[in-house]
Amino acid sequence: MTTLKSLIQRYQLGSLLLLVLLLAVVLPLTLDIFRLNLVGKYLTYAFVAVGLVMVWGYGGVLSLGQGVFFGLGGYAMAMFLKLEASDPESTKIQSTPGIPDFMDWNQITELPALWLPFKSLPLTLILVIAVPVALAWLISFAMFKRRVGGVYFAIITQAVALILTVLIIGQQGYTGGVNGMTDLKTLLGWDTRTDSAKYILYYACVVLLVASIVLCRWIQTSKLGTLLLAMRDKEDRVRFSGYDVSNFKVFTFCLAAGLSGIGGALFTLQVGFMSPSFVGIVPSIEMVIFAAVGGRMSLVGAVYGALLVNAGKTLFSESFPDLWLFLMAGLFIGVTMAFPMGLAGLWESRIVPWWKGRREALRRAAVQPPPAAMPPASAVERPEDIGGQHLNPEPARP
Amino acid sequence: MTLSDMWNIGLMQGFAGLSLFAVLLLMGLGLAIIFGQMGVINMAHGEFMTIGAYTIYMASVFTETRAPGLMAAYFPIAIVLAFLVAFAAGWLVEWGLIRHLYQRPLDTLLATFGISLGLQQIFRTFIGPKEVSPTLPDWLMGSWAPAEGLDIPINGLFVLGLTLLVTAGVLIALHRSRWGLRVRATVSNRTMANATGIDTRKTDRLTFAIGCGIAGVAGAAFTTIGSTGPTSGSLYIVDAFLVVTFGGAASLLGTVVSAFGIAQTQSISEFFLTGSMAKVLTLSLIVLILMLRPQGLFASKVRR
Repeated sequence: MTTLKSLIQRYQLGSLLLLVLLLAVVLPLTLDIFRLNLVGKYLTYAFVAVGLVMVWGYGGVLSLGQGVFFGLGGYAMAMFLKLEASDPESTKIQSTPGIPDFMDWNQITELPALWLPFKSLPLTLILVIAVPVALAWLISFAMFKRRVGGVYFAIITQAVALILTVLIIGQQGYTGGVNGMTDLKTLLGWDTRTDSAKYILYYACVVLLVASIVLCRWIQTSKLGTLLLAMRDKEDRVRFSGYDVSNFKVFTFCLAAGLSGIGGALFTLQVGFMSPSFVGIVPSIEMVIFAAVGGRMSLVGAVYGALLVNAGKTLFSESFPDLWLFLMAGLFIGVTMAFPMGLAGLWESRIVPWWKGRREALRRAAVQPPPAAMPPASAVERPEDIGGQHLNPEPARP
Repeated sequence: MTLSDMWNIGLMQGFAGLSLFAVLLLMGLGLAIIFGQMGVINMAHGEFMTIGAYTIYMASVFTETRAPGLMAAYFPIAIVLAFLVAFAAGWLVEWGLIRHLYQRPLDTLLATFGISLGLQQIFRTFIGPKEVSPTLPDWLMGSWAPAEGLDIPINGLFVLGLTLLVTAGVLIALHRSRWGLRVRATVSNRTMANATGIDTRKTDRLTFAIGCGIAGVAGAAFTTIGSTGPTSGSLYIVDAFLVVTFGGAASLLGTVVSAFGIAQTQSISEFFLTGSMAKVLTLSLIVLILMLRPQGLFASKVRR
């Protein structure tokens, strides 16, 4: 019993269970499939946010290029789906049947070699993770081995995001340009646009997200997690203790990139298209704000952050498009100035102590015989007396 | 095409690079002061440039409607105005936001990105989403033809002159004035500078505001070569950061050299490739070089 309790506390299973309950039971029961599909889309950003908690909250490395990895994963998936959607039968009006339509428009007559691996699904699924991880390794290995960190790393990742966006838009014939890859319909003959497919994809997304959170939590509780925290706070001391700091950082960055890649692939599957507008600098920084709102140290909080910010974005840009950017600006400024630890921090520092104080007061009220004028039940009804600071509701006079 | 034609095209392409160099350098200079000297990542720097550009536009509209006779003279005054408006905006931002975040450099990034989003939306709401251009005075129009087949635009020359003036001014101010002394002292050791009686808070505020003011001048230069929209500034922000990082964050000379290198690489490769591929090539080269030499071209000798 105690081992189970310690296990729950160690892996924060309570909050995770609550999240699973919300995502797998409450939301599917209360929302129609259109809204649920939107939630599924937000959850794909949550993969990035969870990765950012690892790399930014725990590793202390802020990456402004997570959109790159999200986009690479998404594009890998989109390339597979696009190839499937442009079989010779359905593209026979093109001058070259069997290649994606945008290639035909750009006078390309043969499938480029870059696209060949994406004819096979297993290879695509591997590449969804492998391509982002490989790029992340390339960037981070070169940087962290030379002990470049912090601000400079952020700028370089930002530059990478810009490069990839310009490249995708510029190479229209190979990537679909600014429109991205559209008209993605089926996965191995399975129509992904039906309601039942949307439910299945949503649940796949939830399962993978929860698995990623458990994986990250496991890493956090392992020795590696402790080392990451130590590195974030005093990198030199960890180095002097004989650890190779850069390897751990590279690992975390690659982990975050892989997670983002999975998120991107799920995004493509659920939304049905992929475009450079999810790759560039602005979406990448928005992904950072998801993690910041949720709490940069909390994996579960990051999911709530992604959900809340995106829901707000949809809500406000539907009704007041002008107001949304002001709100977003306020969110950036407010979160960094007032709540650097985000919603999770607010929960930990305000609500949990308040709750504990209240329980403590209740317990005392139950143990000590209260004065006749004040029955124990009144302690429950007057929470203002029993804030975190005031543990003794009434001094018990003998 | 004869050899002299080729030579002329090469010269003109090089000169087009110089115009880009001017804007990049002015952006980079302000950023080098804010980022290189103070360590604040000002993602809103591009918007301060846009503020400067809009100031020029408004001054032009104002002169055109109220005092059309002064059209020839308004531009230099507008440049000073652009500096002052951006300076004031920077002062406000430092007072309201940045001074609370000096201990957390990565958080300045997020907060100033918020400012940048907010300012862009303010431009969009109050000035309009369309791109605008000021009416330039006549003496800025046309071109100077020192030789047959060689046309050098006068606005480019003017911008270049302005850039050189501002750069020289900043270099002299930083190394010869009391303000520069205080800035350099604060940068190298904040606590010690404070102990010797330097008001580091005031220095920080002035430094940030001057950096933003220079961005305003960059905006003024920008209006002569392109039209201004709400998101004009954000197009240059990554380039400006790369200019500063590539040059070596604490070195103003490095900023000058790297701005020149980046602008010329971009401009010359644009002649052979498409515009987007030239940009990809230039940025990738910088990123590669920065991976191999993270401290930039001109690293300061001080180890931090």
